[in-house]
Amino acid sequence: MKAPPHPLSPEVRPLTLRDLAWLTASLAVVIAPHMLRAPWWLTLLTLCLYGWRFYFMLTRAPLPSRWLVVAVAFIGMLGVWMEYRTLFGRQPGVILLMLFSGLKLLESRHHRDGAVAAFLGYFLIVTNLLYTQSIPTALAMCVGVFMITATLVGFSAPQRAPRANLRTAALLLAHAAPAALALFVLFPRVQGPLWGLPQDAYAGMTGLSETMSPGTLSQLALSDAIAFRAEFEGDSPPQPLRYWRGPVLWDFDGRTWTAGIGYLVGFQPPQDGRATYHYSVVLEPHNHYWLFALETAAGLPERSRMTQDGQVLSLSPVRNRLRYDMVSVIDPARDPRESRGTLGRALRLPADYNRRTLALAAEWRAPGGTDVDLLNRGLAFLRQGRFTYTLEPPILGADSVDEFFFDTKAGFCEHFASAFAVLMRAAGVPARVVTGYQGGDLNPVDRIITVRQSDAHAWTEVFLAGRGWVRIDPTAAAMPQRVDAGLARALPQNQALPLLMRPQMEWLRSVRYRWEAVAHKWNVWVLGYNPERQRELMLSLGMRDADWQKLTAVLFTFLGAMTIVLLAWSLRRLARPDPVQKAWQAFCRKLAARGVVRSPHEGPRDYSTRAARALPGSRRPILRIAALYIALRYGGGASKPGTARLKRLVRQLELA
Amino acid sequence: MINALLEKNPRLANWLYGFTPPEQGTVTLVHRRVYIVPTQLGALFVLTLTILLVGSINYSLSLGFALTFLLAGMGIAGMVHTARNLARMAVSVGRAEPVFAGEAAQFRLYLDARAGFDRPAILARHLRSRSQMVVDVPAAGLAEVVLAVPAPRRGWLPLGRVMLETRFPLGIFRAWSYVEPAARCLVYPRPERSALPAPAAESARGALRSPTPGNDDYAGLRTYQLSDSPRHVAWKAVARSEDMLTKQFTGEASAELWLDWARLAPQLPLEQRLSRLAGWVLEAERSGVHYGLRLPGVEIAPGRGDAQRAACLQALALYEDR
Repeated sequence: MKAPPHPLSPEVRPLTLRDLAWLTASLAVVIAPHMLRAPWWLTLLTLCLYGWRFYFMLTRAPLPSRWLVVAVAFIGMLGVWMEYRTLFGRQPGVILLMLFSGLKLLESRHHRDGAVAAFLGYFLIVTNLLYTQSIPTALAMCVGVFMITATLVGFSAPQRAPRANLRTAALLLAHAAPAALALFVLFPRVQGPLWGLPQDAYAGMTGLSETMSPGTLSQLALSDAIAFRAEFEGDSPPQPLRYWRGPVLWDFDGRTWTAGIGYLVGFQPPQDGRATYHYSVVLEPHNHYWLFALETAAGLPERSRMTQDGQVLSLSPVRNRLRYDMVSVIDPARDPRESRGTLGRALRLPADYNRRTLALAAEWRAPGGTDVDLLNRGLAFLRQGRFTYTLEPPILGADSVDEFFFDTKAGFCEHFASAFAVLMRAAGVPARVVTGYQGGDLNPVDRIITVRQSDAHAWTEVFLAGRGWVRIDPTAAAMPQRVDAGLARALPQNQALPLLMRPQMEWLRSVRYRWEAVAHKWNVWVLGYNPERQRELMLSLGMRDADWQKLTAVLFTFLGAMTIVLLAWSLRRLARPDPVQKAWQAFCRKLAARGVVRSPHEGPRDYSTRAARALPGSRRPILRIAALYIALRYGGGASKPGTARLKRLVRQLELA
Repeated sequence: MINALLEKNPRLANWLYGFTPPEQGTVTLVHRRVYIVPTQLGALFVLTLTILLVGSINYSLSLGFALTFLLAGMGIAGMVHTARNLARMAVSVGRAEPVFAGEAAQFRLYLDARAGFDRPAILARHLRSRSQMVVDVPAAGLAEVVLAVPAPRRGWLPLGRVMLETRFPLGIFRAWSYVEPAARCLVYPRPERSALPAPAAESARGALRSPTPGNDDYAGLRTYQLSDSPRHVAWKAVARSEDMLTKQFTGEASAELWLDWARLAPQLPLEQRLSRLAGWVLEAERSGVHYGLRLPGVEIAPGRGDAQRAACLQALALYEDR
């Protein structure tokens, strides 16, 4: 006999309108974030494919032939290729996946295809995480997972009310949470990547770069994006001391400063210093090597090196949020020695640029003062020059320093730093430009300093004989309030500031502080949970050298225990038998012990009558119990006191 | 291969699957009897999770890990839920109406949720006949399953083994359990259509009673009595009045008819004899005569009506040649 098709098998259960509606709705939810990034025509094409599938469902027309689907896929891929000139890489890959969700839907006839499309939905959720992993993204992810799960539940219970299916999906996710948490914490983590990533994997990260030309930092300063957060043990340093050292720029071509080649040196912690700060930094990925530290770094985090000009560099580009611990001292004793080659590099200037500045420096140098005199003269020049500090500096030509000093007299910190370094070099004082961040916002909620791109800053260092490299902030010299009070106070009132830096946005800022405190915890504990953090956590839980074998053992023990608890929970509500029934069974056992066994067909009335006849000594209690049982079981329903009485009577029954 | 092994060793299969001899009364599917394995879709789900995990490692996606692990936890929870969908459900059987050999016996199974939650999409499949049905069992309620089991031979037809299966809620696991409630259906011999035998001389004892109530000619209405066949109730008249009324007929046949084993040709095989007798019973009942049945060792006194018919057919169904 040929077996009829298995009615629970997903291969034979056709996709109904309801199934399709759920599937499409959940796919629409998960592709929504991608729609903002994909080219408009691809979004439209995908939505058309969804709509087309509905058309087939409503008209009950046979689905399009495989060839047509392949043709649409080909056209879509051609379009993606025209748009990106490649089919691989993150962005084209993700939007192709979005297109395939529509194509899969178009060829879905049965629940099996539907389930595959639903699993594809899980992929689409994960691909969105390549772009953002913030708390709102996590919430959106939960909605997507919930919808897809409800869709799958709907597949396996097509006759059930959607509300009940939603409840089941919610229950499933709630039951999944403990296991998910255990897996998240205990699953042995491996540091990625396992293989090469596409070229564009790290596109679109903002931050400082290895070069600086007029306008670089003032552009960056318009961004509210977070550069890093620092959490200090104890007090945090006051605003004027918060110079976060980044790339040091040596080479100037007349317009642009570049970092050039850096030399790694063995790290020697600086001596003395006014104050020591211990803190941890959570650095946003910026796809470069440098790590930011408060000047002057007195310790090196793991997997990092120091260059001879005092930059802390990671061993690999920072492509994921990175957390590291740092120690810094303020104003340590500096090494007064420097190699001739380095000093020569710090004096080099392009010949035919900025002639007016060169002439001015030559004029200063003529009387033959010390380097300190020249430095003071330069600072005085900045202070008295009536310079304007602005986020919208005028565009400068080839002789950018000349134009800034003598014509426009308006600029952002990179103009001040660049021009001052050129002036010093021209006067014969070795100088270099340091970029980084200055200041940062102290969150009163969790005492964490948030440094944004808008805090980007550039200053200079000059080499003074006998004192070594000394930090000189030309911006601070010209505009003392920039460093003391931050960017917002230093700029004229009418300038367009990043929204959150505007003073009148006080209340908004307090909300933002709270939110950022939460977001910071999220970054550290959820997004920043990596192999290192896992080791730290295990150590703090008393598990030394937690290798993958130990972690796996603990994990499986936990998962096993959790499954048993879950199973016990689900059976608990079933295991409890009806107390009335239980009492009755106890009664039957008592009678059976005296030889009056109830036969399966015998109802309570017949049985008790027979028992009363067989045991005339206990006639009354037997009949009473039976009458009560009948009333409780078949009457108006069991009441609490009635049940208690039945239990008592059965317990007290002494068969004569 | 495993199936072949189990077929050869029924005791091994019994032990492995928890097969039990037919059970009286209500059978509860204790969790020891519920088996569970992943489905093909489950394998696909695991594949999906693996890809998600590798992707999360490669791109260091913390939320990707979170999603992967949430789905993994959901898989485990799904397993428990699938097992729960069957666990501790109670199965009882209803009465199966007798059928003639060659027809299908309609066995009724009642699935009692015995739980505060509903148990959707439960497949009941009769293993021998592959007859199957999917039902949703409501919370704290019953669902009826009707399994049509072919009845090829007369006699008692035992229900046999029934598999209950579910893949709810995610379809990535299938849980199943075997039950064999002690239920049987009476199968009458396949009736053979043939003309009624002429009343024998000795069977004409009641010929004087006249007019005999019969099925042939409509004779009027009288009030309903409990023993009346529902086929004779004057439903149109009932609809008009409050009282149940029965149509009365008078039969022409006045004699008692004995359907006698001994009057069949001796060379006729046993089953054919019984078939012919069963055919006669039906014919006699239709024609409205009083009829009795005589088999070796069995004699059913003449009578008519549904009870008489059932008694005669049962005797034929259970007749054993000695």
